[in-house]
Amino acid sequence: MTVSTALPAVPVTAALPDKKNRRGNRKNSTLATVLLLLGAVYCLFPVLWVLIASTKSSGELFSTFTLAPSTHLFDNIGDLFAYRNGLYWRWMANTALYAGVGAAVSTLVSAMSGFALAKYDFPGKRFVFNVILAGVLVPGVILAIPQYLLLAKVGLTNTYWSVLLPSMISPYGIYLSRIFAAATVPTEVLEAARIDGAGDWRTFGRVVLPMMKSGLVTVFLFQFVAIWNNFMLPYIMLGDDHLYPLTVGLSGLLNQGANQPSMYITVVTGALISIIPLVALFLGLQRYWRVDLGAGAVKA
Amino acid sequence: MTAVTALPTETRTPRTATRRGRRAGAPYSFLAPALILFVAFFAAPIGYAAYLSLRRVKVSGLGLGAGARTEVWAGMSNYARSLTDPDFLPSVYRIGAYGLIVVPTMLGLALLMALLLDAGRTRVGTFSRTAIFLPYAVPAVVGSLLWGFLYLPRVSPFTDVVQMFGVEPPDVLTGSWVLWAVANIAVWGGTGFNMIVIYTALRAIPTDLFEAARLDGASDKQIAWRIKIPIVLPSLIMTFVFSLIATLQVFAEPMTLKPLSNTISSTWTPLMKVYRDAFVRNDIYSAAATSVVIAVATFAVSFGFLKLVGNRAFNQED
Repeated sequence: MTVSTALPAVPVTAALPDKKNRRGNRKNSTLATVLLLLGAVYCLFPVLWVLIASTKSSGELFSTFTLAPSTHLFDNIGDLFAYRNGLYWRWMANTALYAGVGAAVSTLVSAMSGFALAKYDFPGKRFVFNVILAGVLVPGVILAIPQYLLLAKVGLTNTYWSVLLPSMISPYGIYLSRIFAAATVPTEVLEAARIDGAGDWRTFGRVVLPMMKSGLVTVFLFQFVAIWNNFMLPYIMLGDDHLYPLTVGLSGLLNQGANQPSMYITVVTGALISIIPLVALFLGLQRYWRVDLGAGAVKA
Repeated sequence: MTAVTALPTETRTPRTATRRGRRAGAPYSFLAPALILFVAFFAAPIGYAAYLSLRRVKVSGLGLGAGARTEVWAGMSNYARSLTDPDFLPSVYRIGAYGLIVVPTMLGLALLMALLLDAGRTRVGTFSRTAIFLPYAVPAVVGSLLWGFLYLPRVSPFTDVVQMFGVEPPDVLTGSWVLWAVANIAVWGGTGFNMIVIYTALRAIPTDLFEAARLDGASDKQIAWRIKIPIVLPSLIMTFVFSLIATLQVFAEPMTLKPLSNTISSTWTPLMKVYRDAFVRNDIYSAAATSVVIAVATFAVSFGFLKLVGNRAFNQED
């Protein structure tokens, strides 16, 4: 399909994609430009603010004009990293661990089950698929408290596992993987592999996974962002602040600021640094964000 | 859809016959990890919550010593207690009003931006698309934190601007403004993702479908209303359902703003009430009952909506 090639991987200069747009050369509309720029300004404004605010000293944060930069960025970063012997780094590493491992395992689990649901006929298939679809509609956070109570029974709360294990299953990832397996893995190829004597698992690892690769990157990104941004699950599961991800850690810092206003600038600097990795990941992998929910398909 | 096992049988030899024997189990082994995780972290918690919602603790004697506190069946008393809790209905109304603000605004903006991008009549398309999508990379907690500071009158740039005109701006973290303040964070965070979903669907429309209309003199607006929007309707339905589910479980935004605003109580949304009941009051039975109510309501609303619109976005293949 032409869709993915029409989306450039990196936002280069604005002139490039529009000139070669498949819609051809058409007269520019001032109204469209103005509206789109307004949308962009609205979305970028808080990010611009945090960039400027983290250069201020804690006194300046509440006294100087909102968008007036200052010179204290490195002091603030130093303070942030000195906070309780670098606890912030620990939160960053924890977040990367939860999101990286959780999303990787979840993608593999989704790929396997999506492949099975798309390419095999077996008793109970329809039931399994319907249950998974129902899972897509169940709001995840409703599960968090019963999950906590169950994990507490086996003594797993307040451990890395309590956040990792529930993150490894994503009904939506399975749903996407099934669509993707159906669209990209031809039955003839599976048959050829079978005739060559390859077993099911070997076929899956050597033939199916490479074919599904670009769709699985999308599934991975979805789950990675969902875990990275998750607040409620780790908030409920974890008590030890050495296990916190960034979201829970920053929320705790903000609470401290209520009694200790000098903490606010540390919170602001922490917020800035926390969004850098994900924003970089986004800009780098933008061409993988092309999910067509309506057609029920990930564009190949 | 043709299954692997249903293919012609000429090539079958005794060796592949044994493979076929193994194949019968193969789909189950591929599905096993997902099913185990699903049962452990979806089915079991739902079942356990339903069970707890029907239980209560019975205290005998003075409630001291082992065996003085036992769990017994409670019938529907937890549901009665949670539904009649004076904090419950206000939180439901609040979330209803919040949903009425957030979902139409967010999806309206997302659709408008997607159509503007797709019409290709601007040089700022790539820049705007990236900028509007960017908040999706910002966790709700961090987004709330940034907006929370921007809402503080001492920080807000709007304070300076409005004061130039001699008007005292409202403190948006108080009174009925808070609902709008939280809604703004959700719209900011969610518009970009929905825009990308709709935009992807728009790009998949074959150009000739509307080139003909254009030659006949149809305007961009007419093409959008008469051709593009009806074609991407399934995408709009799905974004609507997912937005609705996300709205009903709003938690991170008000929890983050809470230290900055006295108006946000610990039962501001139904989910916050569940959290308070379970972890502050240690009343897991009442929390379980409220969770079940929220889960059933969410499921009924989203599933009912999909049935209502005769959805074919899900299940398109079977």
